Amino acid sequence: MSPDRTQHSGTPAADRRSAVSRPSLLRRTGRAILVLAFWLLVWQLAAMWVAREVIAEAWRAGDTEALLRAVLNGRELLLPGPALSLRTLAELALTAEFWSTTGASLLRIFCGFAAGAVLGTALAVLTAALPWADTLLSPAIRVVRAAPVASFIILVLLWVQTGLVPWVISGLMVLPVVWGNVHQGFRSTDPLLLEMARAYHFGRGKTLRLVYLPSVLPHFASGCTTALGLAWKSGVAAEVLCLPRLAIGSQVYYSKLSLETPSLFAWTAVVILLSLALERLLKLLLERGRGAQAWR
Amino acid sequence: MEVANLTVRFGDKLVLDRFSLSLPDTGVTALSGPSGCGKTTLLRVMAGLESPGGGRVSLPPRPALLFQEDRLLPWRTVEQNVADVLPRARRGEAAGWLELVELAGEGNAWPRQLSGGMGRRLALARALALGGGVLLLDEPFTGVDLPRAGRILERVRALGAPVVLSSHEPGILALCDAVIPLDGPPLSVSDH
Repeated sequence: MSPDRTQHSGTPAADRRSAVSRPSLLRRTGRAILVLAFWLLVWQLAAMWVAREVIAEAWRAGDTEALLRAVLNGRELLLPGPALSLRTLAELALTAEFWSTTGASLLRIFCGFAAGAVLGTALAVLTAALPWADTLLSPAIRVVRAAPVASFIILVLLWVQTGLVPWVISGLMVLPVVWGNVHQGFRSTDPLLLEMARAYHFGRGKTLRLVYLPSVLPHFASGCTTALGLAWKSGVAAEVLCLPRLAIGSQVYYSKLSLETPSLFAWTAVVILLSLALERLLKLLLERGRGAQAWR
Repeated sequence: MEVANLTVRFGDKLVLDRFSLSLPDTGVTALSGPSGCGKTTLLRVMAGLESPGGGRVSLPPRPALLFQEDRLLPWRTVEQNVADVLPRARRGEAAGWLELVELAGEGNAWPRQLSGGMGRRLALARALALGGGVLLLDEPFTGVDLPRAGRILERVRALGAPVVLSSHEPGILALCDAVIPLDGPPLSVSDH
């Protein structure tokens, strides 16, 4: 090794920070449990407040069983307690329909997400490469980004068959986000490196592979992270409005229709849990990809 | 090799004003002058990266320019940075160019792991590997110690292509075959 070689390992400050201030797994888990317990308590207290008259009546009557039921369940129609919601969720999870419904929604929305990401990237390449395509397409993509999702759902419902609506809506929500990020990635590619590529006769293919792609990749990853949550939420919203046969959104709608509030809470919890899990999974994948980039 | 009546203007700033210069066809010629006097602009015009408002450049075909900045690809290893400018069949020559600039053994390192002087030498190796009828080197030895710069310059001289480099370091200038002092901006010398 030459004597003037630097010895830093890339991001020592970040390593040091993570070693010093990052709490241990045990501490983090403990903290997460405490936070969860706090919000469950808030939910429980709110449910008891809503059901205070029922609780008071059971208390006055000295009916211990009714009192316990009122405390744990709250007022089922208005605000069920966490215990009842969790029990409903557990009961749902024991049925085969729950898993087929959840799987169908996941598949539908993931297909929309993938289609939107591929199309958004392709359009970003086009608008970055051809100024006239940028002039022509950018306003249209921005309009799609700004338009309310409910309007799109209703319009798309008129144009395509019901089962495809969540698919199309997820894709439509993902496309402008991925397009915007990838387009920005192309625009922010270091002009000095591009001039170097020109001066050193790289050609189009080599410039794309060696200069543009590594510059654009972090923007693409960031776009996908943002777009995934959006795809999930808009996809479920589309299911609520177009009611496909096997769909989480349809279950949310039917729960509301039949005033089964605990079921509504349980399905909403499924949406939230899956959203968090998908986000976490994507982050893990991106972190793994970033870890493989030894040059950083 | 010569440039004649070159005029370059960046907005309101006149950098080259009908500037003419004859250069030796062999050996190492240095353009010296204080920072900002127009050396880099002159080299970029000679490399065909800036279009002058007027004038003429007569140089051997395909000049190779070492940029003032390293402009390394951070996501490519040291050896890949050099190999990337070579045709597929000659990628194996990258190690030889690294040896020439005394970076042998660093081929698998990443650019971020190099010091300033090492990065400069890597950028030089890449420009040399690109090759051309003339080597235009903009401040090639920034951050490189003088004895090492001397050894590398000797090897560059032995390649046979004429070299035009810019520098304001007296130690580097003393190693060159000819030194052309410049004073600008604007560079308006018309008789060298």
